[in-house]
Amino acid sequence: MIVGLSIIFICLLLGEGVAHVLSLPIPGNVIGMVILTTALMLGIVRLEQVKPVADGLLKYLALLFVPPGVGLLLYGEVLKASWLAIGVSLVVSTVIVLGTVGLLQQYLERRRHE
Amino acid sequence: MNEILTSPTFAIATTLVTYWAAQKIYERWNFPFLNPVLITILALMGLLKGLQIPYERYEAGGQYISFWLGPAVVALGVPLYQHMETIKKRGIAISCSILAGSIIGILTAAGLAGLLGASDLIIISMAPKSATTPIAMGIVEKLQGIPSLTAAIVVITGVLGAVIGPFVLRCLGVVSPTAFGLAMGAAAHGLGTARALEEGETQGAMSGLALCVNGIMTAIFTPILLKVLLAAFNNLNP
Repeated sequence: MIVGLSIIFICLLLGEGVAHVLSLPIPGNVIGMVILTTALMLGIVRLEQVKPVADGLLKYLALLFVPPGVGLLLYGEVLKASWLAIGVSLVVSTVIVLGTVGLLQQYLERRRHE
Repeated sequence: MNEILTSPTFAIATTLVTYWAAQKIYERWNFPFLNPVLITILALMGLLKGLQIPYERYEAGGQYISFWLGPAVVALGVPLYQHMETIKKRGIAISCSILAGSIIGILTAAGLAGLLGASDLIIISMAPKSATTPIAMGIVEKLQGIPSLTAAIVVITGVLGAVIGPFVLRCLGVVSPTAFGLAMGAAAHGLGTARALEEGETQGAMSGLALCVNGIMTAIFTPILLKVLLAAFNNLNP
């Protein structure tokens, strides 16, 4: 547990360091994810060292979005004033993205198998 | 009494208990609109309103929960590593699909909002809606939108994608686990990934991959695409 957490936090720290030094528009946690994958591929980190902690964190991934979601309270007025524009574009855009990625990926996979 | 209600402990305890209860409800009825995150957010909003607790007081405790988003995103490196074979084999197809999803997502979100009369500030704040919270907030901050509004919009998008995503994909006939996962992660970031993990390990790993790649692509393309769109809208309504 402590080993897994240490590894994850070291990757996060390195990721944040890289993002800061190179002033990248990508946040440190995403770079940390790439660092962890690379460390696993290079054998610097073993799967069984991080797997239990990673599984635990990912099991509750959705819960972590609750506090910023409750923050919607602060934007009641803005959202009320533009609810149609925001609502319609969110729903339509989300459906289009789901369809584009899902169908395109499936098409490319099938074409390759034929 | 008031001191207890506005303490960080109260915020954390109520968030955990509400989420736990919401999960029980979801498991019991398994109806997509009973999404645990959606239920928890609505219940907590009601609670704060009812007890007249200002959001800032709630956030004093809530930040300890959302802090774990950082380590959780790093933890996505584990399923990513476990599916490296698939990624190597289908790398080009995967990159093309996510690239298309990222560009079309930015264009449709910002474009439709603009056409329906939203202000430039809202258009900017909505453009990176499908990227994960920290990426989207970073983009909007640089473009001088409203980062905290973006955080809220990103969560709405995530809940929406998690709730309707599997249904939409099934209707469109998407059966490939890889395609399912990529679509969920590209459209609905971490919340889509959490939902994709329920379907299976492959779906979850692909969703985590899409979250990562889509986030990076959104960071690159949002400034360029917004410049074009905003210029077009300002020409239409001078």
